[in-house]
Amino acid sequence: MTEALGRTPASEAFTPPTRFAVPGRIPVSDRVASVWQTATITEIRRETPHAATFRLAVPAWAGHLPGQHLMLRLTAEDGYVAQRHYSIASAPDDSGHIELTLDHVEGGEVSGWFHTTAQPGDTVEVRGPLSGFFAWPGDRPALLIGAGSGVVPLMSMVRHHRARGLDVPLRLLVSARTPEELIYAREYGAETTPVFTRSAPEGVPVGRMAAAHVAPLLAQRPPGGWEAYVCGSNGFAEHASRLLVAAGQPVDRIRIERFG
Amino acid sequence: MNVTRGFTGRPRAENAGLPPGQYDAGDDWPVLSAEVTPELTPAEWSFRVDGLVAEPRTWTWEEAHRLPASAYEGDIHCVTSWSKFGVRFGGVSLDAFLSVVRPHVSATHAVAYSHTGYTTNLPLADLTGGRAWIAWEYDGEPLAAEHGGPARLLVPHLYFWKSAKWIAGLRILDHDEPGFWEQNGYHARGNPWEEQRYSGD
Repeated sequence: MTEALGRTPASEAFTPPTRFAVPGRIPVSDRVASVWQTATITEIRRETPHAATFRLAVPAWAGHLPGQHLMLRLTAEDGYVAQRHYSIASAPDDSGHIELTLDHVEGGEVSGWFHTTAQPGDTVEVRGPLSGFFAWPGDRPALLIGAGSGVVPLMSMVRHHRARGLDVPLRLLVSARTPEELIYAREYGAETTPVFTRSAPEGVPVGRMAAAHVAPLLAQRPPGGWEAYVCGSNGFAEHASRLLVAAGQPVDRIRIERFG
Repeated sequence: MNVTRGFTGRPRAENAGLPPGQYDAGDDWPVLSAEVTPELTPAEWSFRVDGLVAEPRTWTWEEAHRLPASAYEGDIHCVTSWSKFGVRFGGVSLDAFLSVVRPHVSATHAVAYSHTGYTTNLPLADLTGGRAWIAWEYDGEPLAAEHGGPARLLVPHLYFWKSAKWIAGLRILDHDEPGFWEQNGYHARGNPWEEQRYSGD
């Protein structure tokens, strides 16, 4: 007797014994994922001493959902190519533009070009949007936790929430070393709690994100619960996801995007 | 070719081991899992192979370690464009597991799944012939949890999302069935030398 006799018919998809913690949220178009498009820099805005926002005109942009990323490539005269994944910072709209916010990574050949050489009018190539798993269509209550430039895809969600006037609850916990290094500092409203790890404004405590930051949000659990989105370095993502699990957030309602 | 004004890039390293569009991450080993890192002990770990096989079987940690040890020394390539050279993994060749369960002649593909529920699909031909392992050591030490420990699948000739962390099993099939990233727009096979990053590449 073998199990081959009782095998699953081809029409029934295999389901693992454990449901995957973060099932895909939206289908991604094969076509847009495979076509490189020219993107023209139209504006550069400094956000912090180490981060700037680059506005790109992408006339044939197929649209995206908050939380998605793209692949970007630069080509040297000898044909050498460097490509990186970057989260999209802007909310979806019909402007034919998207925005990226990039850290100036030490020794980074792509971010280095953006921060030292790029000017409005320069062109780069992009393909996307990519990956549906970190996307937030604005349907479920969203608990967003980010650090450093990990706030970028989360800001797309905050902006989308505002632009559409959505009623669904949304909260953002964002960690930065100092107030000067807090990206999008002027844009935050009542939905956001900043956490500062090195220095803070008068009256705000300094320290790592802790259970005390997460517990009140889990205590205000909306009907149906939070969908948690965590973005940052691997060290931060491990720390923040452990805080969420310890505070009672179900493991299968935590989506993590780590730098790398 | 769309040349980017003023872009020169890193110094060109003559490296025949670097697939197109990849860079050498050096000593870094980025972690990119999409889920919470599970707290899984060796005692809790198990590995099952079933589906289109003569004798489906589950191995415990101890049982898997009784199979002949096998090592991989070489390179790994992540779809996010880093590659890592000269890594050393220790474990057991997948051939050792498959020779026990004996896949049916009609078997063509497998879905690998993790103790977290992560899935990824592979042609059976990519899992046989000494090209795939169940790995529990890295650089002579136990594999760290964030890198898939206690044990992960290792298929180093494909992009690394195919090397499922916290490996729980293989379901052997007679057809291809997209896994987690493959349903999210990534390529069905993921050969770095052909730059099969996304579906349609």
